[in-house]
Amino acid sequence: MIEHGPHKTAITLEVNGLPQFVDVEPRRTLLDTLRIDLGLTGAKLVCNMGNCGACTVLVDGVAVYSCLTLAVECEGKAITTIEGLAQDGVLHPLQQAFVQHDALQCGFCTPGQVLAAHALLARNPQPTEAEVVAGMAGNLCRCGAYRGIIEAVLSAAQQTGPQQ
Amino acid sequence: MQPFIHIDVANSEEVIPLLDARSRPLAGGTDMLPLMKEGIVAPERLINIKRAGDLRYIRADEDGLHIGALTTLDELDRHPDVRRDYTTLAQAAAEAASPQLRNMATLGGNLLQQARCWYYRGDFHCWLKGGELCHARDGRNEYHAIFDQSPCVAVYPSDPPAALMALEANLRIVGPQGARLVPVAEFLQPPSAERRTLHTLAPNELIVEVHVPKGPSGSVYLKAMDRATWAYALASVAVAANIRDGRAHNVRIVLGAVSNRPIRALAAEELVEGQLITPELARRAGETALAAARALEHNHYKLPLTRNLVAQALRDIMAG
Repeated sequence: MIEHGPHKTAITLEVNGLPQFVDVEPRRTLLDTLRIDLGLTGAKLVCNMGNCGACTVLVDGVAVYSCLTLAVECEGKAITTIEGLAQDGVLHPLQQAFVQHDALQCGFCTPGQVLAAHALLARNPQPTEAEVVAGMAGNLCRCGAYRGIIEAVLSAAQQTGPQQ
Repeated sequence: MQPFIHIDVANSEEVIPLLDARSRPLAGGTDMLPLMKEGIVAPERLINIKRAGDLRYIRADEDGLHIGALTTLDELDRHPDVRRDYTTLAQAAAEAASPQLRNMATLGGNLLQQARCWYYRGDFHCWLKGGELCHARDGRNEYHAIFDQSPCVAVYPSDPPAALMALEANLRIVGPQGARLVPVAEFLQPPSAERRTLHTLAPNELIVEVHVPKGPSGSVYLKAMDRATWAYALASVAVAANIRDGRAHNVRIVLGAVSNRPIRALAAEELVEGQLITPELARRAGETALAAARALEHNHYKLPLTRNLVAQALRDIMAG
């Protein structure tokens, strides 16, 4: 049995492959920890209630809403944010596909969209259009860039090819 | 969110002594954390049960299906045995929420989801929160009940429990006095003056397993939403039946999102029992299922919608 809080407690998170040390209260969400404590502002705070998907990150490769995840429960897990996708200044194929297919207007929902798509393709590398629509259902885009988003995801899937 | 003490437990046995009126178990957190952010609940201790590995399994055997309470909705929807033999449950889990929520939300937590009524979630001291008045009854009630079962007209929002009722599932619940088995149909009850919740779990109890008896030959879950991808149900129907020689036997019809709890449509079940269900009989079953329904000011659409869902589900189940 492990007890934390209610005051701040020191935890170690693995974010984008690097260890990060933070002092957080148990009520601190992973989203607030990423944005406020670690300055990783790619994940966005919008509804804060698990409705919109703008805060989507990967925890051990699984897409979750970081606004509904407590930071203290992420010790020992690998967290991936949008800041961790590009390698050596080269955009991830999904990011490149979003650019090429004009899959955004204001861009506020885009980090969550890209990470949701990342999780979708990891599980289903060659999705049909219907599977992309279903797989992206947890991310709202108030600009209505859905057509471009679907095309970007399908195009990135073709580029990377079926994974072995 | 109010400050709280966070306790990780390693197995289900450690949980029970920690549960009381001032603590809450935390599984997927997809409803508990919004309730805490909204100030509707403010536990002093949050008992994180996610690491209790003994509560996360799906086991199919001659006795039916055993589902650990920590099984996520995503795991349920993807399980080959569930998809093949308990189709209504797999469909309900698949349509219950967005991919991210299904990755997080557990079946045990889904059974305990509280009302999504905007007055309950909003800044109103409504009857369900212990107040005097249901604001939705004479207020904005587009998404509310058409079967009146308590002073509150919020609907029970979860999808899988309606499917579980059609499959006559039971819950295994543990508390300080040991374990009890209770049918889902009895566990979910309209709120009362003394118990302002949509379920009957005591504060010192925990759902540990859902047991689904060996499945009927066919089952289906249909959900109507107000957008093409994911939303809460406007209405839903779960149907299970054994189809033999072209006739439907042991038919179970459950209506979701129309009342404080999923409702068995007993008169409609009786009408189609042992029958070859023609489209005409399916239509009449829909009318029978809704005979006692009464719309509120803003939700008249739910009557034909639910009626037609019942008819369509019966046609689907006959088509196999």
